[in-house]
Amino acid sequence: MAAEKLTMANALNRALRDAMRADDTVLMFGEDVGPLGGVFRITDGLTAEFGEQRCFDTPLAESGILGMAIGMAMNGMRPVVEMQFDAFAYPAFEQLVSHAAKMRNRTRGRVGVPLVIRVPYAGGIGGVEHHCDSSEAYYAHTPGLHVVAPSDPADAYGLLRRAIESPDPVIFLEPKKLYFSRSEADLTLPVPPIGKAVVRRPGTDATLIAYGPAVPVALEAAEAAAQEGRSLQVVDLRSIVPFDDETVCAAVRSTGRAVVVAEAAGFASVSSEVVARVTERCFHSLHAPIRRVTGFDIPYPPPKLEHVHLPSVDRILDTVDDLQWEDA
Amino acid sequence: MTRDAALLLPSTEPVTLIDPDGNPVHVGQDMPDPQALVHAYAALISARRFNDQANALVRQGRLAVYPSSHGQEACQVACVQVLDPGDWLFPTYRDSAAIVARGVDPVQALTLLRGDWHSGYDPLTTRVAPQATPLATHLLHAVGVAHAARLRGEPTVVMAVCGDGATSEGDFHEALNFAAVFRTPVVFFIQNNEYAISVPLARQTAAPSLAHKGIGYGVPGARVDGNDVAALLSVLGAAVDRARAGEGPQLVEAHTYRVQPHTNADDPGRYRSADEVTPWLARDPITRVETYLRGRGLLDDEKIAGYGVSAEKLAENMRAGLGEDTVADYRDLFAHVYAEPTPQLREQQALVADELSREEAR
Ligand SMILES: Cc1ncc(C[n+]2csc(CCOP(=O)(O)OP(=O)(O)O)c2C)c(N)n1
Ligand SMILES: [Mg+2]
Repeated sequence: MAAEKLTMANALNRALRDAMRADDTVLMFGEDVGPLGGVFRITDGLTAEFGEQRCFDTPLAESGILGMAIGMAMNGMRPVVEMQFDAFAYPAFEQLVSHAAKMRNRTRGRVGVPLVIRVPYAGGIGGVEHHCDSSEAYYAHTPGLHVVAPSDPADAYGLLRRAIESPDPVIFLEPKKLYFSRSEADLTLPVPPIGKAVVRRPGTDATLIAYGPAVPVALEAAEAAAQEGRSLQVVDLRSIVPFDDETVCAAVRSTGRAVVVAEAAGFASVSSEVVARVTERCFHSLHAPIRRVTGFDIPYPPPKLEHVHLPSVDRILDTVDDLQWEDA
Repeated sequence: MTRDAALLLPSTEPVTLIDPDGNPVHVGQDMPDPQALVHAYAALISARRFNDQANALVRQGRLAVYPSSHGQEACQVACVQVLDPGDWLFPTYRDSAAIVARGVDPVQALTLLRGDWHSGYDPLTTRVAPQATPLATHLLHAVGVAHAARLRGEPTVVMAVCGDGATSEGDFHEALNFAAVFRTPVVFFIQNNEYAISVPLARQTAAPSLAHKGIGYGVPGARVDGNDVAALLSVLGAAVDRARAGEGPQLVEAHTYRVQPHTNADDPGRYRSADEVTPWLARDPITRVETYLRGRGLLDDEKIAGYGVSAEKLAENMRAGLGEDTVADYRDLFAHVYAEPTPQLREQQALVADELSREEAR
């Protein structure tokens, strides 16, 4: 076994490197991804190893980056593009929604656009405005796009490899606050295809459902709950689209109680979708309504107030306490 | 407005009025009057001090981040000095020194970068738009403000500032086109500092210059030495005058250089050599105007010391105002999303209030 300690940033870099070694149609481009190696160093060393043709800086225009990627994907390439920060992907929205997402459908399946849009996303890093958005709902609401969000280095590696192999566009959400946390990972293990959730921690009393940056918070809450004698299961969605109804519903049925934890604003969000789907499918197994701990319905706060906004262990535990326990 | 292509083209070389050694250069452009130059000199000293102090505050953990305009101070002060009080400035994250030169309180100007709130000053009373981070997006707002001013019969000119990298964004092109079609009084001012983070100008454009981009939209372009405050005052001043006179939008490209990292978080060693930076240090915007003014008896040690004292006062105010620990109020998060908070926002605010009161009770 080749388990090693590495950061999510290392794992993503390795995934890009390995994918580019395995398939020379895989290209990486965007803003500052060349000699600099990206502002988060995810593309570090790629230009040096693969040359300017395969990892390069573009003019500063996100719509241009994605639009060109779509064209390249139409002509035999597998582009991976980086949007420097979540909120700086918005100029590419037109290309994303009207073209990347719809090309296959418009052409009756004749033209697919296999491309990956990497987005350093979400908050918890003390970033000033426009650097901390959780924009997954816009993407998930757009038919034709896959949306994934890893929560640890091993998944970051595996999911990015799968994303690059995907015949369809994938929005790859990289939780910034997890980039540099280190954990044990074996990158040689086989990775399931996109669309599979995973139970991160077994538990019997209630299920916490999370993805991306909220997963470590949910795990911490489960640990704290265990100290107080309550056994919380934690499910990591990993993939928002496609959604793994099977794993999530099986988990919720096993405990009968659930809380969805997500950093994004709760209104009309991925967390709303999770509650709706699970309720539709598991209503008769539920002992209490499914609850949510999410960001508030506000623009992402300035650094000094982000702690108020982000789902916290205490807020999760308070919400779990509210799940109509018989002994309460 | 002219449709004669030749009249829209910028000069082949940027306009310089004072060379790096402080000698006047004779071109067809007027030298600003001595008072204006002395005023600009004083503003340069303050702007440099502002940059140095902001960098120090980052190192002390008092600011979250600082994108410095060190070496670009001539652009910062000139684009403000040519404006009337009723005019508007549309700055970027790089332009805090310009905002302060405009008269905004330095602590308010740095609220964004300190992390207390997004914009710390009142845009309507200061006539300074919130600093734009999403590149080039504010240029269209500038066009809108200018167009509304014309509809309202106001004599307003809008100074819309962006970087070289931002000229690649679609919004830059849409803004020039809209401004030209509606003939709005906007001066688009590009501070070409040769880099967009790590990406050099050659990766942004294959055009002869950024000022050449005007011609495709019917906007006259001008190129100016961005380290020569005299040339900047002259070229920008003329552009503002033309815009105010109803001649439509103007495009000015200042050639300068980002001598410091993009922000404190950047590591320029990864993408450029120190040798590239050195010649630009010799072209510092302060020394050349200082030499010029001294040579003409318009500046002496005593005056210089006096400007140093005012600059130090500014730095002191920054240290005092930003050295304090502030407590940001969570209620602000909910108060300003809509004119009236929605019922859901009220509920969410109550949740936080309840959490905090329980925390206090513990
Ligand atoms: C729409 C958008 N994309 C990307 C970014 C990230 N970003 C911030 S500054 C910057 C470089 C901008 O360069 P330039 O316009 O030359 O201005 P400078 O920083 O040199 O003053 C980039 C890519 C952004 N702020 N907005
Ligand atoms: Mg620049």
